Amino acid sequence: MKGAGVLRSKFGGFHRACGAALSAVLAAYAGRAHALAQPWQLNMTPGVTQTSHEVYEIHMWAFYVCCAIGVLVFGAMIVAMFKFRKSKGAVPATWSHNTKIEAIWTVLPIIILITLAAPATRVMISMAHTEDSQMTVKITGYQWKWGYDYVNVGDKAYHVHFISRLDPMSDKTRQLKSGLDPRAVKGKDLNGNEEQTYLLDVDHPLVIPTDTKIRFVVTGDDVIHAWWVPQLGWKQDAIPGIINDDWTNIHEPGIYRGQCAELCGQDHAFMPIVVKAVPMPEFQKWLDEQEAQAAPAPAATPAAPAAAPAANG
Amino acid sequence: MATHDVAHHDEHHDHHDEKPRGFINRWVFSTNHKDIGTLYLIFSFTMACVGAGFSGVIRTELMKPGLQFVQPYFFNEMTTLHALVMIFGAIMPAFVGLANWMIPLQVGAPDMALPRMNNWSFWILPFAFFMLLSTLFMPGGAPAGGWTMYPPLAIQGGASVAFLVFSVHLMGISSIMGAINIIATILNMRAPGMDLLKMPLFVWSWLITAFLLIAVMPVLAGAVTMLLTDKYFGTSFFNAAGGGDPVMFQHIFWFFGHPEVYIMILPAFGIVSEIIPTFSRKPLFGYQAMVYAIASIAFLSFIVWGHHMFTVGMPLGGELFFMYSTMLIAVPTGVKVFNWVSTMWGGSMSFETPMLWAIGFVILFTIGGFSGLMLALVPADFQYQDTYFVVAHFHYVLVTGALFSIIAAIYYWWPKWTGKMYNETWARFHFWWSIVFVNVLFFPQHFLGLAGMPRRIPDYNVAFSDWNFISTIGAYGMFLTPIMMFVILWNSLKSGAPAKAQAWEGAHGLEWTVPSPAPFHTFATPPLIHDEDLAHGDVTH
Repeated sequence: MKGAGVLRSKFGGFHRACGAALSAVLAAYAGRAHALAQPWQLNMTPGVTQTSHEVYEIHMWAFYVCCAIGVLVFGAMIVAMFKFRKSKGAVPATWSHNTKIEAIWTVLPIIILITLAAPATRVMISMAHTEDSQMTVKITGYQWKWGYDYVNVGDKAYHVHFISRLDPMSDKTRQLKSGLDPRAVKGKDLNGNEEQTYLLDVDHPLVIPTDTKIRFVVTGDDVIHAWWVPQLGWKQDAIPGIINDDWTNIHEPGIYRGQCAELCGQDHAFMPIVVKAVPMPEFQKWLDEQEAQAAPAPAATPAAPAAAPAANG
Repeated sequence: MATHDVAHHDEHHDHHDEKPRGFINRWVFSTNHKDIGTLYLIFSFTMACVGAGFSGVIRTELMKPGLQFVQPYFFNEMTTLHALVMIFGAIMPAFVGLANWMIPLQVGAPDMALPRMNNWSFWILPFAFFMLLSTLFMPGGAPAGGWTMYPPLAIQGGASVAFLVFSVHLMGISSIMGAINIIATILNMRAPGMDLLKMPLFVWSWLITAFLLIAVMPVLAGAVTMLLTDKYFGTSFFNAAGGGDPVMFQHIFWFFGHPEVYIMILPAFGIVSEIIPTFSRKPLFGYQAMVYAIASIAFLSFIVWGHHMFTVGMPLGGELFFMYSTMLIAVPTGVKVFNWVSTMWGGSMSFETPMLWAIGFVILFTIGGFSGLMLALVPADFQYQDTYFVVAHFHYVLVTGALFSIIAAIYYWWPKWTGKMYNETWARFHFWWSIVFVNVLFFPQHFLGLAGMPRRIPDYNVAFSDWNFISTIGAYGMFLTPIMMFVILWNSLKSGAPAKAQAWEGAHGLEWTVPSPAPFHTFATPPLIHDEDLAHGDVTH
């Protein structure tokens, strides 16, 4: 979407400062500039992918439509409650029918619904097209952690696999009656700035390249989980026996955090997701290092997951 | 004529007011639609307090980040039981109680078609909930997989799985028998002259709801039975390793689940369609459109279930179909809202307690409808699904929607049931207090969901602290409201002013032609129907 590059302003100096200040204020409420949710946040994040921006636009259009309808309907009610009170001597009308207006308020909503459905349909079709991806990552949901496998980048197959768990500091703090302060759990974003990462940090983040179409295949090992990073703009259930596929293409390097989004047992709240998006050269270097450790011989890697569910489309 | 009936009743007053002697005879063996209605309402109020208690644990733990009070597993038991108790123990029995009390009165029938089955329909419920709640005290604890009971997680539970399944079966049987009774009564026992398209809208809403119940409660029974056999008898309906499909449960469950939520709202539409014309002193706008709208909503409710499952990975065509069909429901629902507003417009309104609750319903239920429309849009739903945005949506339609309509109905028909008025000032206080705190409780949950907070979690990142704290304050405010209502109604019973047969100036309908309190037996002989007496007041439209 055209609006995606708003923060990389083409204006200089004063305009940039004003724009930055305004964005910071709005960002406090919209979460626009931040990878993490902000206190008192009101709105969804527009995210860091084209998909997430398109989703945000659909959300906002639907919101505006609802506001407009609300103003009309509630406005009419409030006017009626003042104008047509018995205490003001109002005499009740006897009509209870008006074919013309009833036809209008049946047809007009259908037209409004079409204006909502059309962009939603376009985005759904776009989200469904996972072909022409440049690499594939497999995501497996476990009770209560995520497993990541790098399947291939281009034509090259990889054997990199690791488990991604809630970070130890969060884990210690979240114990019942630990007395520890969640606000003391902090991590860093890609620029080294401190973030409040309680329950949103892991020991081994998923590292992926920016400006690359990445295909994810998502499954579950035990119960149904769901993989969700709001900044990426999509969510997918991780179901034992089923392999779902999705794609993403992140334009902004950064650290993006998400959570499991399907009740999966006692530690459902404690299996977060961290995605570290870096430029392709940096990613490739990291991946080769991991590969060197992971696949010394043609035999299966030692850290291979125990259950590999049958591919079921 | 009303006076003829009253005179008729006066002559035979002793006979028509003859109640069974003895507490057990009257209440345990009741075959009287009024007493059974009262039993349902008392049961529902009790269960609402139990369900509110569970939500108290939830909101107390969620007041601040970090775990201060309960273990995560127990928290999951609380969220699971809170929903099961509120849906099956509070909302549905309350609507059935209102149906029992009012349908025979509104159609001019002496009682329900099958009075003994009516008794059984009620008495199954305390047993079912005793069974369900007893799981809290069993090893392994209560069910903790969500009221939606998705496998494989639900099957990981202990003995509670079996008790959950059995109690759901009992609740289902109760609902199915109740629905059969309602349909038989409405179709067969209307007084002569009470044509279908002259019935009060509350009766229409229940006629259609009863068909929904019969259609889908057996589907729920099938789904939970398959959970039972998967756990105990080695079947693999939902076990991928055995060749089954976990997602099939979701399809079957939501095929029940979506009509279920309409089961919980259609009677509310009926109630509001009785109250608003009364206090607007104007006929209901578009009576026939209202009937067709309820019927369309009921039909559409069968073809939208996939919108609860947009993230499971359905094929694109399936997701598109469910998106379009879900959006379509907005049309008849919108028609109903516009018709209520049009009933108010041009009326001569007064704002007694029932009208306050009914107007509150229209505004706040519509807000719940807005978030529902947003949820229907699949790409946006990928960001809303399983977050507090969904929690906010369904609490708006269920609490400010269904629950507020039940409270409105109680305040509306209370004078008819008891012959007493309540203190109007106290009742208005109850209303305004509720309006403020219900919004403090649930509106911020929209923000939490949009900001990224998932649902069914006992603990969260510090970014979500502020709105959670506010929401908990709203919860504590709401916890006082059942106490307020109880005190108001108890005080009314003890010392309320006597109520007239036509307790409200603008009220129309057969129920207002019998004395207040309604005698134990009414319409032993069918009343004479005059079109002007009918509830909606305008028979041609």
